[in-house]
Amino acid sequence: MEFKIPHDIDMTQQASWCPGCGHGIICHAIAQAAEELGVSDRIVTVDDVACGQFAQYALKYNSIMGAHGRVVATAAGVKRARPDALVISHPGDGSAYSIGIESTLYCALRNENILTIVVNNSVFGMTGGQMSPTSLVGMKTATSPFGRDPKKNGTPVDITKLLAGTEMAYLARCAVNTPANVEKTKNAIKKALTKQMNGEGFCLVEVLSPCPTNWGMTPEQACEYVKTTQSVAFPLGEYIDREGEAK
Amino acid sequence: MAKVKLDTSRCKGCFLCVKVCPKGVFVPSKELGEKGFEMVCMDESKECVGCGSCFKMCPDYCIEIEE
Ligand SMILES: Cc1ncc(C[n+]2csc(CCOP(=O)(O)OP(=O)(O)O)c2C)c(N)n1
Ligand code: SF4
Ligand code: SF4
Ligand code: SF4
Repeated sequence: MEFKIPHDIDMTQQASWCPGCGHGIICHAIAQAAEELGVSDRIVTVDDVACGQFAQYALKYNSIMGAHGRVVATAAGVKRARPDALVISHPGDGSAYSIGIESTLYCALRNENILTIVVNNSVFGMTGGQMSPTSLVGMKTATSPFGRDPKKNGTPVDITKLLAGTEMAYLARCAVNTPANVEKTKNAIKKALTKQMNGEGFCLVEVLSPCPTNWGMTPEQACEYVKTTQSVAFPLGEYIDREGEAK
Repeated sequence: MAKVKLDTSRCKGCFLCVKVCPKGVFVPSKELGEKGFEMVCMDESKECVGCGSCFKMCPDYCIEIEE
């Protein structure tokens, strides 16, 4: 079999992500999904002011840089203004689940017809690895040097539980720590984009993503950590799939 | 046997390709590349089976596989 870099990847420049960062692998999966569906020219992305912003150097799509924590709501506005576009908002877990949790929650409650891909690396990556809503219990971060303590810091956000009671169209959790999981991530993105084309409503794909720099690990160790620890706290799978019900 | 096209000019030396290749095609080169990281290189004695694992995992789009 042949494996060609998708045309949607901009090979004239290079994003400055750290070695082994999951962001680059996720952008590859997005490009692959769009190309396999033949919808590359319809994609509009809304990137966040965080490590995800470097997607602007990796992907050729028309894109908007939203305010940090507001990219899900911004994407909803783009979709209302340009219903023919396939709109993807692309926040990190810090953006989507702390400063932006109300954007995420209300877009799900209004069942906005967009795809949100949340890059969950369990830290605030860009700002130096501070504790984020998804830092695991006991996880040492720049602002929890003795490990996250639920008594002091609260329990981690599991988005599959928070959004379980909504009428949203599709909710899945994937990972990019192995080639097989990258394939599943691509397939989840394809499914979600297909649902957007069918007008089914809000789709959220959370992707567990290694941040070797802030986890203080080699890229290989970070992929292992996703398997042994992060995906144990946040199990992979499809949580909501309304299978073709138009909203 | 499939053919591996490796662009080391983009390589950041994460060695995820080394980790995932079932055939040991990639090895650390011990040489610094353009980005200032240790690049990966290929062990020409190893045969690629075209599984695509390295292609999917490389975060910097350095690898393509041809028939
Ligand atoms: C309104 C606003 N508040 C705070 C910041 C500072 N800031 C930049 S990135 C970031 C968090 C990044 O974490 P996350 O959203 O999880 O993305 P990652 O970098 O980990 O991919 C913060 C707090 C900002 N840019 N704008
Ligand atoms: S800090 Fe983490 S998320 Fe940001 S580019 Fe580096 S590895 Fe990726
Ligand atoms: S996966 Fe890509 S960037 Fe990482 S070492 Fe291999 S070729 Fe280099
Ligand atoms: S396609 Fe598979 S066998 Fe060939 S180099 Fe890549 S990982 Fe190794």
